[in-house]
Amino acid sequence: MSNSKLTRRGLLKTGAVAGAGLAMPTLFTGNVWAAAHGGYTNAPSNGKVILGFNVPQSGPYADEGADELRAYELAVEHLNGGGDGGMMNTFSSKALDGTGILGNKVEFVTGDTQTKSDAARASAKSMIEKDGAVMITGGSSSGVAIAVQGLCQEAGVIFMAGLTHSNDTTGKDKKANGFRHFFNGYMSAAALAPVLGKMYGTDRKAYHLTADYTWGWTQQASIAAATEAMGWETVNNVLTPLATTDFSSYVAPVLNSGADVLVLNHYGGNMVNSLTAAVQFGLRAKEVNGKNFEIVVPLYSRLMAKGAGENVKGIFGSTNWHWSLQDEGSKAFVKSFGTKYGFPPSQAAHTVYCQTLLYADACQRAGTHNPCGVAEALEGFDFDGLGNGPTHYRADDHQCFKDVLVVKGKENPENEFDLLEIVEVTPRAQVEYAPDHPMFAGGELGKCNPGA
Amino acid sequence: MDQILLQILNGLDKGSAYALIALGLTLIFGTLGVVNFAHGALFMIGAFCAVTLQKILSLSTITIDPTKTDFLGNPAKIKTPYVEAWFGPEMGAAIIDWSVPLAILFSIPIMILIGFIMERGLIKHFYSRPHADQILVTFGLAIVLQEIIKQNFGANPIPTPAPDVFRGSFDFGMLLGFDPNAIIYPYWRIIYFVFSMIVISGVFAFLRFTTFGMVVRAGMADRETVGLLGINIDKRFTIMFGIAAAVAGMAGVMYAPINSPNYHMGMDFLVLSFVVVVVGGMGSLPGAVLAGFLLGILESFASMNEIKQFLPGIDQIIIYLTAIVILLVRPRGLMGKRGVMEE
Repeated sequence: MSNSKLTRRGLLKTGAVAGAGLAMPTLFTGNVWAAAHGGYTNAPSNGKVILGFNVPQSGPYADEGADELRAYELAVEHLNGGGDGGMMNTFSSKALDGTGILGNKVEFVTGDTQTKSDAARASAKSMIEKDGAVMITGGSSSGVAIAVQGLCQEAGVIFMAGLTHSNDTTGKDKKANGFRHFFNGYMSAAALAPVLGKMYGTDRKAYHLTADYTWGWTQQASIAAATEAMGWETVNNVLTPLATTDFSSYVAPVLNSGADVLVLNHYGGNMVNSLTAAVQFGLRAKEVNGKNFEIVVPLYSRLMAKGAGENVKGIFGSTNWHWSLQDEGSKAFVKSFGTKYGFPPSQAAHTVYCQTLLYADACQRAGTHNPCGVAEALEGFDFDGLGNGPTHYRADDHQCFKDVLVVKGKENPENEFDLLEIVEVTPRAQVEYAPDHPMFAGGELGKCNPGA
Repeated sequence: MDQILLQILNGLDKGSAYALIALGLTLIFGTLGVVNFAHGALFMIGAFCAVTLQKILSLSTITIDPTKTDFLGNPAKIKTPYVEAWFGPEMGAAIIDWSVPLAILFSIPIMILIGFIMERGLIKHFYSRPHADQILVTFGLAIVLQEIIKQNFGANPIPTPAPDVFRGSFDFGMLLGFDPNAIIYPYWRIIYFVFSMIVISGVFAFLRFTTFGMVVRAGMADRETVGLLGINIDKRFTIMFGIAAAVAGMAGVMYAPINSPNYHMGMDFLVLSFVVVVVGGMGSLPGAVLAGFLLGILESFASMNEIKQFLPGIDQIIIYLTAIVILLVRPRGLMGKRGVMEE
C-alpha cells in the first residue's frame, strides 16, 4: 500500500506556482501586455494586426455569411498588397498602400454568429479576448449586429457593422464604437415608396407580414409610414417568428383581408419561403378592389432572389448595392471578386468589403488603431469610389449616407446572376433624415471606449 | 367560416408532413426500439433527391456565344441541357419540368439503400445500448448528414418547382358553395395531402394485409417468440428501416416545391415530429398519424391573427402546450400502449 505525502494544501500550492510559471511568458508577449503597452484593447504587436470577421456560417442567413467571408478575405488580400487591389484603386482616399495597416500585416479570425445574438456575442468575445482582434465586423441580422455592437463598446474595440438594416443599429441602439456603411429601413422606404406610388397608384391597401425582431419592426414601421404618407392604407401587420419555415398560415388570411398589396418584411430564407407561399396561393394572379394584387419585398438581395427563383419576377424592392452598377468602384470590385470566385458579389459582400477598407483607411489616416482615433477619422468622413457615388459617414450617429437603389425582379434574365434590374438610383438627398428623427430617437452615441 | 376551412386545409397540409415523418419514426421505434434522431435528415435527403434529379436532368453542354457577354464582360457561355438535345427542346423541357414527380421513383431505391447502410453500419451497434446513447449517436449522424448537404449544395434554399401544370391555385371554396375566391388553395399542397394519405394507407395496408407485414407486427409484439419460430426477424426489421427511410424520403421529395429545400429543413421538422410521436403514443402508428394531423391543424389555427391578438405568441407554443395537456390527461399519449418505454 502506497503512502502518498501529497496533501490538498500542497497540491494547491504546487498548482499555483506551476500556473504562474506557465503564464509568465504569455503575460509579457500576449494581448494583455500589448493592451497595456498600446493604451487600448488589442494593440497590434509582432508586425500583425488581427481583424475579427463574425458572420453567420449556419442558420437562415448562412449564404449571406459565406459571401461576406469571401469579401473579407478579398479585402485582406488587397490590404496586404495581393491581387489586383480592387476598390483600393478607385477609393478617393489614397492612404492605403498595400502594406497592411500602419505597416502591420493584416490577419483575421472568423466566428459563426449562427444568426443568434448570444452565439454572436460569444464568438466576438472569444475573438477579442483570445485572438486579440482589434476590430470586429460582420453580421447578417440586426439583432446580432446590435448585440455585438454593444459588446464591442464595452470591450473597447471598433465594430464595423456588416449586413444590418434595422433603424435601431444607428438609432436607439447606436454606439460610439459602432459604424454602419449599409443603408437602413427608413432609407429603403424613402427610396421605394415614390416608385411604388408611380407603379401601383396612391390608393392601395397594404397587408404586412413582418419578421418578429428589431429589423422587421423598424422596416415595417418605415415602409408603412412612407406608403401611408402618399395615401396607402395599412390593413394589417402580422408578426412572424424568425424560425418560421412554412408561411401558408400567414399568407392564407391575406386572401380575404381586402388588401391589394402584400408587403413582405422578411429577409434571407424567410423571404424565400414567404414569397414562395404567397405565389403558391395565387396572390400574384389575383385581382382585388379592381386592381392587380401586388407583392413588395422592401429589402432585396441577389442571393435571396436566387433562392426564390422565378417568384421574384416583377417584384419591387430596394438594395444597398448591385453588381450591375457601372461606376468605376463597382466595376473594379466585381472584376476582382468575380475573377477570384467565378460569380458576382452580393450586396452583403460589397458592404463588408467597404467596411474593411474604410476601417483600414481610417487607421492609416489617424496613425493609430486606437478606437478613439479611428472613430475620429471616420466621423464626418466624405469619400467616393466605393460604389453608390459620393458617400458621407455622419458623425452624429455613425450612419453612412449614399444613393439607394430601387430594383425589380428581372422578367427575362440573361444569365443565372442577372436576377434583379435597377429601376432607379435614388439620390442621397431623398433618403437623408435628421439625426433626431423620431424613428431614430432614444439612446445615446456616448463616448468612444478605447478599452484596456 | 371560410377562414376556418382554410386553416383546416392548411393544418391538414402541415400535418401531412408531420404525420409522414412521425410514421417513419414510429415504424423504426416500434420494430427496432431505436429512437432515431436522424429521421429528419432522411426527410431532408429526400428533398435533395429532387434537387439532385433536377440538376442531373439540367446537365448541359456549354457553347460560347460571342454576341453576348457575361458579368465580367467575357463572351457568354450558353447552356443547352442534354435532355433537350436528345429529346428535342419541348420534350426535354417537359422532362426537366417534371423532375419532382420523377424524383419519387429516383428517391425510393436511394432512400432504401441509405436506410440499409444506416441500420447495418451504425444503428445495429446501439440496439442494446440505452435510449440516451441512441439519441446522441443518431443526432450526431443528423448533423453530419446536414453538413454534407451544406458542403455539396450550399446554404441557400434551392428552388425546386412543381410541374407547370400544378403551379398556381384552385378555388376550393366554389366546390363547397362559397363565394368565388373565398377559399383558394395551391394545387401542389392538395396533391401533397392526397399523396400523404396514399403513402400512409399503403404502409398500413402493407403491415395489415401481407405475410411480411403480419410477421413484422408479430415481431413488434413479441420479438423473442417470433425468433424462436425460426423466422429471421432482424432481417425483416432491417427492411422496415429501409421502408421507413423511403417514406421520409418521399415526404421530402414531395415537400420540395412547397418550401425550397435547404440544409436545415430536417432539423426544422425533427423536434416537432418527436412531439407528434409522443403525443400520438410511442410505438403507435395510428397515433402518430392522428397526432400529426391534429397538431398541424392546431398550429395553423394558432397562427391566425384573430387568435394571436388575444394570445400573443401562441403559435410558437401551441404544439408544446397541447403535448403537455394530452400527456397530463393521457400519460401514454393518444393511442399509446402500456409498457412501451416504461421499463
